[in-house]
This record gives sequence, C-alpha cells and structure tokens, in this order.
Amino acid sequence: MKRLLRGGRVVDPANGRDGVFDVWIDGDRIAQVGRDLRVDGDTRIVDVPSGLVVCPGLIDMHVHLREPGQEHKETVATGTAAAVAGGFTAVACMPNTSPVIDNAGVVAYVLKKAAEANLARVYPIGAVSRGQRGEQLADIAEMKAAGCVALTDDGHPVSTAILMRRALEYAGMFDLPVIEHCEEQSLKGEGVAHEGFHASSLGLRGIPGEAESIMALRDISLAELTGGAVHVAHMSARQTLDAVRYGKSRGARVTCEVTPHHFVLTDEMLGAPVAYDTNVKMNPPLRQIEDRDAMLAGLADGSIDAIATDHAPHHADEKHVEFDRAPFGITGLETAVSLCFDRLVHRGVVSLPRLVELLSLNPARILRVPGGSLSDGAPADISILAPDLPVTVSAARMRSKSKNMPFEGWTLRGGVAATIVGGRAVYINEAIDFDNLKSEI
Amino acid sequence: MKKDLLSIGDLSAEEIYRILDTAEAMREIGQRPIKKVPTLRGKTVVNLFYEPSTRTRTSFEIAEKRLSADTLNIAVASSSVLKGETLADTAMNIEAMAPDVIVLRHASSGAGHLLSRICTSRIINAGDGTHEHPTQALLDAFTIREHKQRIEGLKIVIVGDLLHSRVLRSNVLLLTKLGADVWVCGPSTLIPPGIARLGVRVSTSIDEAVAGADVVMMLRIQQERMQGAFFPSLREYFNTFGMTAERVARAKPDAIIMHPGPMNRGVEIASDVADGPGSVILEQVANGVAVRMAVLYLMAGVEDEAAA
Repeated sequence: MKRLLRGGRVVDPANGRDGVFDVWIDGDRIAQVGRDLRVDGDTRIVDVPSGLVVCPGLIDMHVHLREPGQEHKETVATGTAAAVAGGFTAVACMPNTSPVIDNAGVVAYVLKKAAEANLARVYPIGAVSRGQRGEQLADIAEMKAAGCVALTDDGHPVSTAILMRRALEYAGMFDLPVIEHCEEQSLKGEGVAHEGFHASSLGLRGIPGEAESIMALRDISLAELTGGAVHVAHMSARQTLDAVRYGKSRGARVTCEVTPHHFVLTDEMLGAPVAYDTNVKMNPPLRQIEDRDAMLAGLADGSIDAIATDHAPHHADEKHVEFDRAPFGITGLETAVSLCFDRLVHRGVVSLPRLVELLSLNPARILRVPGGSLSDGAPADISILAPDLPVTVSAARMRSKSKNMPFEGWTLRGGVAATIVGGRAVYINEAIDFDNLKSEI
Repeated sequence: MKKDLLSIGDLSAEEIYRILDTAEAMREIGQRPIKKVPTLRGKTVVNLFYEPSTRTRTSFEIAEKRLSADTLNIAVASSSVLKGETLADTAMNIEAMAPDVIVLRHASSGAGHLLSRICTSRIINAGDGTHEHPTQALLDAFTIREHKQRIEGLKIVIVGDLLHSRVLRSNVLLLTKLGADVWVCGPSTLIPPGIARLGVRVSTSIDEAVAGADVVMMLRIQQERMQGAFFPSLREYFNTFGMTAERVARAKPDAIIMHPGPMNRGVEIASDVADGPGSVILEQVANGVAVRMAVLYLMAGVEDEAAA
C-alpha cells in the first residue's frame, strides 16, 4: 500500500530539506521525498493540514519503561503509548528494571513486550555491570546480539574508573556507546536537591553541580584513553557542559543530552509555587538559573547533541510522601515536544531544523539505530508536529501510567499532530482535523 | 495570621510583634496560683511527634493545658515509620477526628507543608528536619526583647552547626525581618551555601563575630550528624568555636547568652558561660510556654471569639 503525504513543511536536516515536499510512503518504508512527485495510481493521497511539520520520527534516547518488575509505575505498553502521543516513534529504555536488563533474556523480554504493544519502536539499553552493581561486566556481546543498542548503569554512574575503562574498551568491540549517569557518589551523599540558596533555605541536603562535572571529566578522560564513545545523560550543570566542550575540543568521542526540565525549570521551583513539591524532585536536580541558561546556550551553539526526557514514571503513592523520602524523577514523554516548541523554537533559541537534529537525527546517530532522516528507503517513521497548536498540559489526559510531573495546567504553544511508525499512524491528535490520515494510514 | 505556622516566612513583622505582645499576657497566667484559663476549652490539639523531643513537646503540652485545650500526644518512633503507614495517611486519620490544631515535629524538612496540603486543621511546625522551628525563634525573640527592649539594631551572633540547624533558619528570618544585625558563625564545612542571601553576615572567626555583640546564640553540635567529617574532633571544635568566658568578654558587657538546648557542655559552650551571669538559657525555656500559648491562642482561639 502506497500513500503520499502532501503539502506539509518537511524538515529533514539529514537531507538538508526544509520546505514543502511530498513524502511518498511505500508500505513501511519511505519511497521518495520530493516536490510535486508523480505517483502511480494506487497511491492514496493524504493532504497534510497547513501549518504542520513533517519530520523524521522523534527518538527519545532516555526513557524508563519500568518493565519488567515495576509495572505499577509503567509498562512497555503504557510507556510506548505515551511515547507516540508525545510524537516519539522510538524510545531507548533504561535497564534499571527488576530484574535488571543485564542479559539477553531480559532484552528479549522487553522487545517481545514492545512487539505486542506495537506502538513505538523500543531499543533496550543494557546494563554495563551485572545487576548494575558496579562489579563485573554484564553479558554485553549477548545483549548486543539480542538487540541492545547501548550500555549504562543509569541511576548510578559506573562505579569505578577501572570498570568504566573496561566497559569502554569492551563495548567498543561491539560499537556500543556507554551512556553515563554522571554523579560522583560521595559528593552527592544524601543530597536531594541542587546545592544552593533554595536548598539551604528549605533545609534540603544539596548536590553540587560539580558532582556531575567531576564524573563527566573522568569519563571523558577514559574515552580518550580507550577510544570508546561516552554519552553524558541528562546533563544539568554548566560545569558539565564545559567539560563536554573540552572533551569535544580534544577529539574525544563524547556526546551529551539535556532534558526539557533542565532547560525550562530551576531550583526556585523547590519553594514555589508549591513548597517541597515532590514532582520537582529529580536526579540530577533542577539547578540554578545560570545552569538553565547554560543549557539553553549549549542547545543554541551546538554543544549539546540531543534532547531526551529521562521519562521517570513513579506511582502517585510513592510521590505522596515527605520530600526527602520521595523517589527521584518526573515523566516527560508527553510534554517534551510542547516544551521544546514553546521554550526553544518560538523563543528563537534553536531553529526547527536544529530541533529535529536534537530530537531525531542525533539520537539515531548516537545510538546507531535506523531513523533520524526521511531518506529514500528509510523506515517510514514520521512525526507530524503542530508548531502553533495551543496545548494545556493535563495529567488526566496522559497515556503514561504515572502522572508525576510539575507542568500541570501549563499552557504551551506547539504540540504533536500525528505519529507514524513503519508507515502506520499510531497516534492522531484529536485536536487536529486530520481525518484523511485516520482513514488512509 | 495564616492558617498554618510552617515558617517564620508565614508571619509579617506586625504579626510577630502581636505574638510577642500576647505572650507577655500569657506569661502572667503562668505566674498565678491556678495556671489555667478557659481560652481553648473544647478545642483539640494533637501533638504529633515523629522525633523524640522532651523540651518542645512538654512546652507545647503545658501551653495547651494552661489554655484548657484537650491535648493528645502521639509519638511515632521513626523506626516504625518505615514499615507503617505514610505521613499522609496518618494525617488523614487524625484529621478524620477533627482536631483544631496539629503540632508537628518531624525529621523531614517540609513535612508540615505536606500536612498542610492534606489537613484543614491548623498546623504548627514544631521543627521539620533542618528547615525551621518557628516557635523557637519566637521565644528567642521574646527573650531578647525582654532583656534589650528591642530587636532592631542589635548585633546578634549565632554560632555553631548552621548547616543542620532549623533554629538557625527560623531565627535568621525572624531577626532580619525585625531589623537586627545578624551574624552567623561556624566552621566553613557547616555553613549552608548561599546563606548570605538571607541578609546575614557570615564569618568563620568567632572573635570577629562576637565582637561587640548584644546577643550570643549558641547552636547545638549534633553529634549524631557528625560522621560526615565536618571537623576533626569535638576538642578542636571547642577550641575553635566553643563559647568560653574569654570569648564572651569580647561581646558587649551586658550581652546575653542563649542556647535552644539541649546543650553539649564543653563542646559548643563552656559550663561557666552556660551557667554564668549573662546566660538566659533557662529563661528561654520558661518563655517558650508563654510564646506557645500566644501562638495557640492567636491561631485557634481568636476568630471564634470574633464570631461569637
């Protein structure tokens, strides 16, 4: 079955395209992208409503799907439903499940659940160390063969420099990047918030930005030593961004991501509007204005490679406790695109093509997975975005099993119109008049 | 006054003075042969204490009883919290029995804020983690005013473990709001980052901090928190930051010495200072009852009279 998406603004930085193009889909692949394509008679035409953007499918390279073992927070099915509603055609899921994704069997289990859900593509990320205990390497070759795309001990950093060295050396054989949760554990201590005025005033134990940058510098040095690829996850501190720039300037294989909450929010949220709101407790913590502004600068100048959500669902009961007892993390899949449009594109921080690089092309390159472009023959993973759609964030309408996020009631400009995975429309926003897509794809 | 007293930040300067003035009248009740008035008769006050506390709980309880409130003490051992119900559930259960006031002591900063969002009862924060202890700051201000007749313009130095002290945060907010020249002093490892933004002078030299002070307030070294290697030894701490008679001599001759208790003699304060002529430490304890009576009266007693 062939379809032609006609009349949308196609933004495809991999192919240098930003303009009105036709996208011809043949089955689950992109047949051709071009102007006024001549298509054969059995191609159905889908007119894209004006003002919408057609881009390669967005890839969230940092998501906690919580399955197996924490299905009360999220499942592969609910998490991928949230993903496609948030405009993501693929997610990479973190291994801190129960049991940990540290062997081929668990990788296969997650992929089976993803196939059953049949929504977004799921790329499992395996643990660096067995049980994420930081002692011995996990079954890396077997996990790679089963379909894992990267390694991480996320939740914690790789425990020691020597283990990180071995991980980079070993993973290099399989072309797997090591994604690092950068956090020097003794500096973090029992910290629950960014160290600074707000945490001090509220009597919350602090975590300095240097806890992150010190570990990033260790790992960048080890990337140089080994030639391995390090990806700095959920970067939050200005010092870490400087560390990444330093590593890149030396030619180290280092990339980094930032979450929407770290380029939108600051630690002022600890005290207001809701004091001690556990939905602003995440790790790394919301940092001060200078850090938030540094993240915006890094997005604008190209130092930051990717935007990832660190979607971290937690059950309401787990968050409805004292601040220091609450788990770290907020959900992000269903707010990311709106926050990116509202705070980055419409405020002139990044262009739309640059946003597509951050959310699609670069994650695909870092993880070495298909997608990231609308090239001829590529999988027909396509996000259709609505840059001017008014969106009011509502937890009640979210597909994620968990609702822990601090954006309730926010009004933002920009959202998702539809999500197409493998040529199939897996999400169409009811707020958009897009009936022909519904019937044709 | 707001519904709850979670932080000194909830109070205006005017409200603080109103509490202090009311406490003057309340203190007189404590000097009568029959130390009881019917002000809070028929009101229920729950003292919900998640941390062991002798002084604060006793002080609240006496204050409540002198005002004829029905009081109930619930002491929750912190060990049972881990297996037992959540604070939110406990709060909802207590709330279901319709108390008028809940006095909360808890090891987590912001615990009172959580309760406040759940309960329609009034919440009084009797110490939350390392955040605040508002009634302690009020009784300290009451004691200072009694001796100095004012707060504004006084040099008040607070010395000790600033990082972990809820007494510090409440006192800084209150004393700066009333116009005192507040100095805080302690080892650099125990100074909360960014504290100067609250309008205090920060010093690691006790001699500099104490010089010319009207009020010297010592904070307790919480030995249970000192595994973090904040300083080498208690002996070295005493030698560097302990309040000795020699150091007190640098303050004004009529300076008063305060301590929220419980004291570690020979750690943050020498016995001859704690028991010396300038010490008002036991007056603080006595004033605590009057100040807490004032707070309870203004929060739970006043509008009903207006309504009647």
